[in-house]
Amino acid sequence: MAGASEKKILKPLKNFPMEEYINSGHRACQGCAEVLAVRHVLKAIGPDMILAMATGCMEIISSPYPLTSWNVPWIHVAFENAAAVASGVESGLKALRRKGRIPDKEITVLAMGGDGGTTDIGFQALSGMMERGQKVIYVCVDNEAYMNTGIQRSSSTPFGASTTTSPAGKVHPAGQMTWKKDMTAIAAAHGIPYTATACPSFYTDLIKKVQKAKEANGPAYLHILSVCPTGWRIPPEKAIQYGQLAVDTGVFPLYEVENGVWKLSRKAKALKPVTDYFKGQGRYRHLDEKLTAFIQEKVNERWERLLKLCGVELQTEDQA
Amino acid sequence: MADKQVLTGEHFVHGDAACAEGGIAVGCRFFAGYPITPATEVAERMARRLPQVGGVYIQMEDEIASMAAILGASWGGLKSMTSTSGPGFSLMMENIGLGMMTETPCVVVNVQRAGPSTGLPTLVGQADVMQARWGSHGDYGCIALAPSSPQECFDLTVHAFNLAEIYRQPVFVMSDEVVGHTTEKVVIPPREKLEVVERIRPHQAQSEYLPFDSKGPMPAPMATAGDGYHVHVTGLTHDERGYPVITDVVQERNVRHLVDKIRRNARQIIRVEGVHLDDAEVVVVAYGCTARVARQAVEDMRTRGHRAGLLRLITLWPFPSHLIRELAPRVKAFIVPEINYGQMVYEVERTAQGKAEVVLMGLMGGAIHTPREIEDAIGDYL
Repeated sequence: MAGASEKKILKPLKNFPMEEYINSGHRACQGCAEVLAVRHVLKAIGPDMILAMATGCMEIISSPYPLTSWNVPWIHVAFENAAAVASGVESGLKALRRKGRIPDKEITVLAMGGDGGTTDIGFQALSGMMERGQKVIYVCVDNEAYMNTGIQRSSSTPFGASTTTSPAGKVHPAGQMTWKKDMTAIAAAHGIPYTATACPSFYTDLIKKVQKAKEANGPAYLHILSVCPTGWRIPPEKAIQYGQLAVDTGVFPLYEVENGVWKLSRKAKALKPVTDYFKGQGRYRHLDEKLTAFIQEKVNERWERLLKLCGVELQTEDQA
Repeated sequence: MADKQVLTGEHFVHGDAACAEGGIAVGCRFFAGYPITPATEVAERMARRLPQVGGVYIQMEDEIASMAAILGASWGGLKSMTSTSGPGFSLMMENIGLGMMTETPCVVVNVQRAGPSTGLPTLVGQADVMQARWGSHGDYGCIALAPSSPQECFDLTVHAFNLAEIYRQPVFVMSDEVVGHTTEKVVIPPREKLEVVERIRPHQAQSEYLPFDSKGPMPAPMATAGDGYHVHVTGLTHDERGYPVITDVVQERNVRHLVDKIRRNARQIIRVEGVHLDDAEVVVVAYGCTARVARQAVEDMRTRGHRAGLLRLITLWPFPSHLIRELAPRVKAFIVPEINYGQMVYEVERTAQGKAEVVLMGLMGGAIHTPREIEDAIGDYL
């Protein structure tokens, strides 16, 4: 596999692209950080792209006429096949370029799906795409449940979150009883050149990672935590803040895996307690001290494992 | 303590919730599902209600897995169910065939929306009715029921489970978005008034038990995991013991049985509702939400002195061919309003055998007919 890219990466803040590839006027909920993530991803890639998008929130808020928001070639596919369609697009472009039927310029092929379309129903297609080594950037915009159909659990819903199909009650006091599927590690295990987690609350980091993904010599996978005020039951104006808290508490750490090398994206410092993140989120309202402690333990454990993978040591004393 | 299994009494609920309650009342204790508009509410209700009665709700990674999971649960000994809509129904097709081949009782609720593909996710369609009959590859008999009210969502889900247990195969409840999202009074009867068919279990010795016996018109008793019988379950062509025998001779026996157990018992399975059929000159054949509109049209025509009638299909499959055949020589026309571009109308046409006009009133989906439109169509043949 190729080493790190030699192309110059834009300095995001200074050269933050002004062009918009997804227009305003779509019908996302107030405070939707998912559409913000999409906007930043597209800005980082630029106009020469083809986007295959799975059914989901982003498709339904942005595509129906007269609210169509896209300024790039965009294809809506079924729920399970964004990665497969993008594979076809990439192979088709390659063939056309080889035969001289289209100009020999770089066109980024992007596939995008939500957490349901990626970690559940689209998992097989995504695995196939990565295994075949197709030069596609797959972006999972993860709002941690099926929000488009009205907040049902997915395999990316974190332990302890209450959704309409993992409701907290007497029999299942925690709500969601399973741990969030570690999609980024699964992608990295395919041995693809670039995998990373990101969050639009840290947009310079996000843009940098998208550009690295673009320069990768093969498939790239980006897992973006996208705060959903409607589904998480938080005030819309706090979306960015909750994204920051998810990262700062270690619930959703930011890291990248470039050619097999794991690297933490932010300095390893003591984590804030998970209660800071849970407080104010309606989906975690039912959690008692015992469950919170249980989750805290798991978060610490995962954080330590990640630090080990990244070969770093904590700079301050361990929280737990 | 209140009976959590059968919520006896009057409720004001939508059709999707009524399907879920029907399932729980008749003893369904396993639901595997996947969110899809407009069927999500069935799964949501099950997720909340099943833990209350000691049942299990699991959400699967897609509809392929949902269908497979309920087959597994059925062989595990539970009454099991899933719900979906068009795209999910398409994904379930291979495993529906597996359920037919392995003679596995279970219930699939399809709250139909307009297709093909993603189509109109939030709006009504009735275009999966032929898919229910022919969707999976190969030959098999099919039972599909079409509720036209939330009350019937409850009643027919109960009935679907009973049919599934009697005929040992997946049974479809072909609801639609309008019925599923209509909120109306639903009366749940007392537990003792509810007709519940339990699975027939084998009692003979292992050496005499044939889990896939195909001699009679009815399926063999079904042993489930843990009953102590050695049972081989396969999607391959199999003999009476369930062992794969991949020959034309066994295929002949095996598949004939899958089709015949429904074909020979069709008269027992078929349910229709006739309105003013005795002296009708024009008969509207309708089902699901469309039947409600058709009923209004027929009643309006009657008050004006016109001899219109309604044949409401409660079972879509098996199709009541004998009734159409009886009616055809004495009516001028059959009007078939449906929210597709012609599906059940082919059955009416085929069984009317040219003895009456057959008129399709097709809608592509997203809207329902108006009584006036149907009245006009009736009027053309009076």
